[in-house]
Amino acid sequence: MLLKTILLLASSSVAASTMPSAELNQWSNWLSELGVPGLLLIPAIPLVFIAVYALYVGVYGERKVSAFIQDRIGPNETGKWGLLQTIADILKLIQKEDVVPAAADKTLYVLGPVIIFVGAFAAYAVLPFGPAFIGADLNVGVFYAVSIVSIEAVGILMAGWGSNNKWSLFGAVRSVAQIVSYEIPAGLAILCGVMMAGTLSMHGITLAQSGLQADGTNNGLGFLNFFIFQSPVAWLAFLIYFIASLAECNRAPFDIPEAESELVSGYFTEYGGMKFAMIFLAEYASMFMVSVIISTLFLGGWNSPLPNLGPLLLNEWTNGPIWGVFWILIKGFFFIFVQMWVRWTLPRFRVDQLMYLCWKVLTPFAMVALVVTAFWEMYVRNPM
Amino acid sequence: MSSYFGTIKRGAETVLGGLKITIEHFARATKRRDRLSPQDDTYFKQPLGLVTIQYPSEAIPTPPFSRYRLHNDAADCIACDQCARACPVQCITIKSFKATPDDIEELGTTSDGSKKKLWLEQFDIDMAKCMYCGYCTYPCPTECLTMTPVHDFSEFDRSNFIYHFGVLTKAKAAEKRAKLAKYEEEEKAKKAAAPKPAAGAARTPLAAKAAAKAEPAASTETPAADAPKPAPKLSPMMAAKMAAKKAETGEGATAPAGEAKAADSAASSADAPKPAPKLSPMMQKKLAEAEAKRKAEGGGETNA
Repeated sequence: MLLKTILLLASSSVAASTMPSAELNQWSNWLSELGVPGLLLIPAIPLVFIAVYALYVGVYGERKVSAFIQDRIGPNETGKWGLLQTIADILKLIQKEDVVPAAADKTLYVLGPVIIFVGAFAAYAVLPFGPAFIGADLNVGVFYAVSIVSIEAVGILMAGWGSNNKWSLFGAVRSVAQIVSYEIPAGLAILCGVMMAGTLSMHGITLAQSGLQADGTNNGLGFLNFFIFQSPVAWLAFLIYFIASLAECNRAPFDIPEAESELVSGYFTEYGGMKFAMIFLAEYASMFMVSVIISTLFLGGWNSPLPNLGPLLLNEWTNGPIWGVFWILIKGFFFIFVQMWVRWTLPRFRVDQLMYLCWKVLTPFAMVALVVTAFWEMYVRNPM
Repeated sequence: MSSYFGTIKRGAETVLGGLKITIEHFARATKRRDRLSPQDDTYFKQPLGLVTIQYPSEAIPTPPFSRYRLHNDAADCIACDQCARACPVQCITIKSFKATPDDIEELGTTSDGSKKKLWLEQFDIDMAKCMYCGYCTYPCPTECLTMTPVHDFSEFDRSNFIYHFGVLTKAKAAEKRAKLAKYEEEEKAKKAAAPKPAAGAARTPLAAKAAAKAEPAASTETPAADAPKPAPKLSPMMAAKMAAKKAETGEGATAPAGEAKAADSAASSADAPKPAPKLSPMMQKKLAEAEAKRKAEGGGETNA
């Protein structure tokens, strides 16, 4: 039954896959034609998605993954398999008193989490949730995402300074130093993908990996069209961006801004209740954001990785608006799982090791990857 | 330069090694270890996997010889009070009284054949006080007091930690006590009615003297032993009491058993009210203590 439904969906989307450019953004275009309610709905969809995903994949998934890695069971008492645990956590956070420390700078303290969350959420405007839905198909999409996320550093510094707490300030300073440093290898690695696509638009980058040929037909090679398999150094750029994205999300092993063992919880030591929940949500939001960016740049975004195998037109069957949503979520969640896996494996960096890795290892290798990719694009993939 | 690439290589290798280890643990999460006791032969051959034991709903069985909550098998208890005396925290309270000769049959014997001579009115163990040292279980002559593997017995009310092992109902205890009192009354009457054997009367002061002599070294220090010296005419009752006291404290261990018996018989023969002449208040107190102690300890060890 389920299989039949999937096949039906797939067959209906075969038509879509033959003319993808005409179908592009059809859902978001339809919504924006509805006027103000539709325009409000477009950002509301990723917001609701962030909330649900942060609850279930972020918090619950992370607790279960960490538990299994450590041979534990994880939450299992609240509801079936502990599924209601995160709901209970959120209810607890909502009920908490909204405390502002007496010595804090009230404006900065209150604005900090808001800016952190807005910075993370604003990047969702250019994330392609499938071929039919994207908040804004900007022609500078990737550039916009990278730059808007930098606002987070300002929010973190506001939160740390406004808390009037040594731990918070240390955490904020470390976090800003880390984010600013790691933007360089991350940016260089992103440039590799952008050079291969020849565009900054997220949809453009994804379409460049869909196997679309000049005559409008699809070559059906699936994952072989993805940029990571299209260049001998793309894997290096991919790896560098992944490592740098961990640092930008303040995830372990780059979690020195939080560093429980030295800084209590870093820049959000003084935060509780819903303000803490916002910072928390922002962290999970940016985790998914970098996962989608890395999938889009190197792993084909919403394109199906399945190739056509003779009479089995797997690639055609598994492409389309709904399949696109499925693939982008699967790829994003896979990278979130890898982030968790790395987090529960590696110990935290020391500050000097962090800077060594960024400036002496990642940045030079990113430069190399950039130059090699440029030559590869000029002389191998697009020979003059 | 080689150290630079060497560091990167080593870093990559160790990161991959660590990731391999953690993903193996992650993959094993479908399996879990059994809830086996460490005694089990296969304990160290269990599959790797989740190790959590969700305690209240499942538990690793404690070995049968583990020593946790105390249990007293009242059917085997002879109320000898040795456990209560061995207890360093005084968590055992025993109340018992003599059974009349016609009830000895009803009391029966313990499983190892010892005759029970006392009604066990109360045998309370306060497990909140207990420190699980097990000292009470060693002197138990019938091995009725044991430590069991039961280790989880939390309570909401502390008074629930007092475990009552006494088997006698209140009504029955009252009945048996009344019976004992009546029996003693009768015995007394019998003794009073019976003519006093002259030889016995003549012997008692001698026995008393011998008992007093049994501890020549201590006699100068303890006022209790001091007092009789200036008064040569020691009452038989007092002598008996002193002998009993000595036997209890263990100082009289060297004294021949015959003497103690003689003193006892003197005591029973001199049960009739006969005020001891001119006892110092100190002395009276000491005697009262000795008497109380003798009674509390079941009185019957030498007497019943």
